Amino acid sequence: MFKGNFIDNLPKIYGLYTGGFVVFIILMAILEQLGLGADTIGILFVIFTVAIYAGIGWLSRTMQVSAYYVAGREVPPVFNGMATAADWMSGASFVALAGGIYFGGHGYLAFVVGWTGGYVLVNSLLAPYLRKFGCYTVPDFIGTRYGGNWARFIAVIILVVTSFTYVTAQINATGTIAARALHIPFEVGVWFGLLGILLCSMLGGMRAVTWTQVAQYIVLIIAYLIPVIWMSNAQGFGVIPHFTYGEAVARITELEPLLGVGTAAVEKVAGVKIVTTLHNGPADSALYSWQFVTLALCMMAGTASLPHILMRYFTTPTVRSARRSVSWSLFFIFLLYFTAPALATLTKLQLFDPNLATAIIGKSIEEVQNLEWIKQWASVGMLAVTDGNKDGILQINEFFMRPDIVVLATPEIAGLPYVISGLVAAGGMAAAMSTADGLLLAIANALSHDLYYKIIDPKADTARRLIVARVLLIVIGALGAIVASFQLTGILGAVAWAFCFACSGLFFPLVLGVWWKRATTAGAIAGMVLGFGAGSIYLWWTYTTGETWLGLNHLRFGIIGMPVSLVAMVVVSLMTPAPDEEVQQLVDNTRDPSGATILEASH
Amino acid sequence: MSDSSGQRARHWERTRNLTILVLAIWFVFSLLVHWFAKGLNEISFIGFPLGYYLAVQGSLIIFVVLIFYQNWQQDKIDSDAGLSGDETEG
Repeated sequence: MFKGNFIDNLPKIYGLYTGGFVVFIILMAILEQLGLGADTIGILFVIFTVAIYAGIGWLSRTMQVSAYYVAGREVPPVFNGMATAADWMSGASFVALAGGIYFGGHGYLAFVVGWTGGYVLVNSLLAPYLRKFGCYTVPDFIGTRYGGNWARFIAVIILVVTSFTYVTAQINATGTIAARALHIPFEVGVWFGLLGILLCSMLGGMRAVTWTQVAQYIVLIIAYLIPVIWMSNAQGFGVIPHFTYGEAVARITELEPLLGVGTAAVEKVAGVKIVTTLHNGPADSALYSWQFVTLALCMMAGTASLPHILMRYFTTPTVRSARRSVSWSLFFIFLLYFTAPALATLTKLQLFDPNLATAIIGKSIEEVQNLEWIKQWASVGMLAVTDGNKDGILQINEFFMRPDIVVLATPEIAGLPYVISGLVAAGGMAAAMSTADGLLLAIANALSHDLYYKIIDPKADTARRLIVARVLLIVIGALGAIVASFQLTGILGAVAWAFCFACSGLFFPLVLGVWWKRATTAGAIAGMVLGFGAGSIYLWWTYTTGETWLGLNHLRFGIIGMPVSLVAMVVVSLMTPAPDEEVQQLVDNTRDPSGATILEASH
Repeated sequence: MSDSSGQRARHWERTRNLTILVLAIWFVFSLLVHWFAKGLNEISFIGFPLGYYLAVQGSLIIFVVLIFYQNWQQDKIDSDAGLSGDETEG
């Protein structure tokens, strides 16, 4: 059945896999009709999918350096696009984004614009050039372009801080989903999630992560699209709601004043909140616009500086295929991101519109409290219904929810069968696991390749390098799980911070490394240290004092870090002697898409 | 030798111009239009207020098309300069 090599058979293999997954969903639906309990279905979904990823991880095990670090540079563009999309779309995108839009309205859409527009920067400024360079890791580029161990070392530190901030949020998300689906305590769920993540990445490094991420993308996109399409049909917006839900937006805008959106709650409930922001209400002020574009800009520049994303483009066979895979990445990411606002809008309408059977606002408190999904989520403290004004009717300011649960609860809100909830849990798990994998690998690879091999022990043999890489993977994963189990920050806050750390410290040193021949070692070091430092100090100041400068809160501190980084890098570069002929040629060579990679010989 | 370096310079110049064009379009749809979201909402587009539409869909679609367009153009630039690289690498 499978002639030829693995790469030629990829469409067949993943076609079969997708078919198998659909058969599994149908089987679960049949079993549900036959009376299989909701809990068992949830458990089967999570266990089945995680077992498949682990199986792929096992099959992809390797002891070759180039397979471990860059998947042997043989990943075709479309598949690399899917893997990048899974790598990219984290628990935050899958679980929290639609919920954020549900509560945050238009202002929150800056994330949607930022997390897609960033790929234009990746494609234009970085991916093809870094691929030509032939590096294994992002600090590898910094270290070779600027020379000297200091630049490499500082890049490693920024990478570790950025990716570690991000990975704790992902392990947190896997723990949350595993805890709910498998009925185990959160602290245990975190370790279960980590085990799954390590099974995918430890034996096969980048090669294993690539092929599991493709599998995870297929699960997560099916899990995201099905509930929305189902709900849209039920509400009469057609099979593909994306182009027709304008009416739903208009209907919500019409209902909002009638329901009194914006009225504060009479009594607050800890950990959950009511909707107070209008669904489509951009304020007519410069401050509002400024906050929208600064957030979008931080997310875009952050996208172009996140090492776990950039390193995915090192795995393609050619420069041209690296570019092509950026365009496929954005296409696959776009499928989810242009669905998220539709999901938020349709779910909100389900709850608000008195003409729909699922609406709860305006019903009697007693009736609402007896709904099965309200009871389920209220029992774990993620939802609350109170009668603030004691009239026995549920008002908009008496319905509290945690933003993170909007996506997970949507199938139940819309009255879909439980099989869809199980599917969504599997999708959320896939999203969080795939991102955590990419991040852990980025950290472990930077430490093993750049710190251990390039700086500490350049004579280490292959076997030793790969063992060090794997030990680091386990250690960092365990540290991440420990930090995650403290639940220091919300999922979204940690993600936005990671983007701001990345763009403060790495954006200009990376971009100018390709685009400005005059950029010098001292300039790059100044750009990294001062940009990252200024951003971090601002974050610390605004987070501890609660004050802001120019309306820049803790989600946007990259706006402070980036200009500092740019100015420091340009000024110091011009003060130091121009790079020598060898570096100038290196840059020229980077810009030429043909020919062999620059670094191959030295690896 | 000077011919090939002249061709390289020409290749880089065209690459740079394309990049500048792409980034200009990117700037308009990622930042500029969203600054004026409130005003654009007065206009209706396929049933959506335009400012809202751009943030949930319009800008996103433009980004996707923009990247495919850029790669198509860049492939041509590379081929014209004989630098497409597809033959030299596996």
